[in-house]
Order: sequence, then structure tokens, then C-alpha cells
Amino acid sequence: MWQALRERLHPSGLEIVTVALDVDPEAARPFVEAAAAQHPSLIDRAHLTDERFGFVNVPNGVWIDEAGMIVRPAEPVFPGHNPVLQSFRKIDLTTLEPEAAEMLREARKITSDPDGYLAMIEDWAEHGAQSRYVLSPDEVLRRAAPRGVDEAIAAAHFELGEHLHRAGDHAAAIPHWREAHRRFPSNWTYKRQAWELEDPARQGRTDAYDSSWFEDIKKIGAENYYPPVVP
Amino acid sequence: MILTELQVAKSTFEAGTGWAITPDGACKDEICVPLPDDARASRGRLDVSVIAGRLGMPLVHDEGHGVWALGPETTVTGRALTTARAPELELPDFDGNPFRLSSLLGQKVLLVAWASW
Repeated sequence: MWQALRERLHPSGLEIVTVALDVDPEAARPFVEAAAAQHPSLIDRAHLTDERFGFVNVPNGVWIDEAGMIVRPAEPVFPGHNPVLQSFRKIDLTTLEPEAAEMLREARKITSDPDGYLAMIEDWAEHGAQSRYVLSPDEVLRRAAPRGVDEAIAAAHFELGEHLHRAGDHAAAIPHWREAHRRFPSNWTYKRQAWELEDPARQGRTDAYDSSWFEDIKKIGAENYYPPVVP
Repeated sequence: MILTELQVAKSTFEAGTGWAITPDGACKDEICVPLPDDARASRGRLDVSVIAGRLGMPLVHDEGHGVWALGPETTVTGRALTTARAPELELPDFDGNPFRLSSLLGQKVLLVAWASW
């Protein structure tokens, strides 16, 4: 989906850079190869883009202008209607096990506005600094997510956990990732990555963590999973 | 950034954190935070714990493996961004080639994070 948007907007001087937040590049590789992207497609095993740009979920993105200034800080970004979310709506819940049906019922509450976002990015591609969606440096900083001691410690724990996991000691990573989750519960990339390694099918509850995708999304309400993009 | 010791070369610290160490202190874009004299260790190296203290960067230690992770700064703006200038980001592509975000200066860039999970 990003590739199609990039082909359309690249003639206007807009480049897309996609970054896969995956501790295992091989998990992301099939998607990258299927997309055959012409734009830079990068791998970020330690989720460093979270701490550099303030990402807390996927897809999240920032706009950077020709001079290297951020003109929109981290926010949910949508290149079009998400086929996964759309497929959720077509499934007959009565055909599912009760637990799966409950999960899907919750997931259907996830909201996004791909049409609104596409209009914004097209406006920026065409009008550049004159786009009404371009924000001043002060506004960019005002909208950037707060980062206190807990969020910064969480970033360090996540990175340390990834380092140990990559070195072959997965068990040693888990306490660091648990601490990252405790300190920064609104960061979904730290949580979903860790849950997925234990339970790839459902990101469900395992002995490793006191949380799961379904439990945590119910706590906040799935309708709040992606905050609305403020133009 | 991952550290196996708490005194590192200036270039290592700068590449890992995005902060430049100058005579004015630790600088990012137009912001400079003065550093105490003991931030500079012997043989041109930096004392990470001193600079981390000044910038509010957490140092998390794993004793069993003898490594530290240095987290991002917290004391300048208290927000995920310290300035509106995009930080440098160097990451590999899927063939292992390093790519620097700054190589796209002169173009508008939409930087997007996604994941397989």
C-alpha cells in the first residue's frame, strides 16, 4: 500500500521511508519482498525509532520537510483502508469460538480515517510548506508526546532486552521487556512485539507477561487504540 | 544505545545518542546543555554517567551480562522530541546496507513505522 502511494506522490518530491519494528528481520522480510518497494525499506530491531520520534504503535509516522524539520510529529498514519481491519468486518462471529468472537468484536471497534489522512498527505505533497497541515516547530513540540523518566527508562529496557534476545538469551530479555511494559503501558510496539514472540497466533496471555493484547485493549477501549489525527 | 563500558569515544556517544559534544556542552540542533569538567574522562573519552545525569538519560544495567542501555533525554523539553529538527536515524535495509535519513534532505519525507506482528 505504501508503494502505490509512493509511486503517486514521488513526482511531487515526496519520498516514503518505511521502518519495520521487528526484532526478527526474517518475520518482516516476506512482506518487504512482496511489496517490492522502490523507497527505502529499513529494519529497526531495537525499536529505536520509538525513542527518536515518539512512535508508540504501528502504523505511526512523521512528516519531515526538505530542510529536515519535522512538520508533523508522531501520529497514526494510513495509506488506505487496512485490509486486515476490513476483513474483520466480513467474518460471521457466530462461526467462531466464543473467545475468538469476543476478540474480534473488540477489534472491530478500532477506528481509523484513511480517507482523511490521504487527503492530508496529498495536500502536503502538492503544496509543501503552504499546506494547511504543516505545523510550526513550536506546535510540533507541543504535540509531541510527553516523555518523562518512566518512558525513557522503558526505552532503555526495551533496547537492552532486544540486545540480550539477539545475543541468544531470550529468557534474559523477558524481565527487561516486562519492565518496559510496566513503565510505558501506552507503548504498543514494546508490548505487541514481546507478546508475539511468546504467542504468535493471538498475542495472548502467557507465563512470560502479566498482560495480553486482548486484556490491554479492553482496558483502554479499542476505539482509543488509534487516537484521532488532529489536522 | 548499548554500552559495555561507561567511558566511550566522543564519536560513539554522538552516533548513539544524536547529541554532539562541543566546547559549549552537549548540543542538539540549537540547544546546548553545559557539561561539568568531569564529563570528559582521560584519553579523550567521555564519562557517560555524568552526561546522562545532565541530560536526564536513564542508564539501565544488566549485571548478568555486563551491559548497559542508555535511554533518551528527559530534562530538556520533557517530550519525545527535543527540537523540531529531525534526529539522524541510521538503520540497515533488508540487504544489510546502512541508510541514513539525512541522505533525503531536499525532499519531503514521510517516515512510517510498521511491523510484521
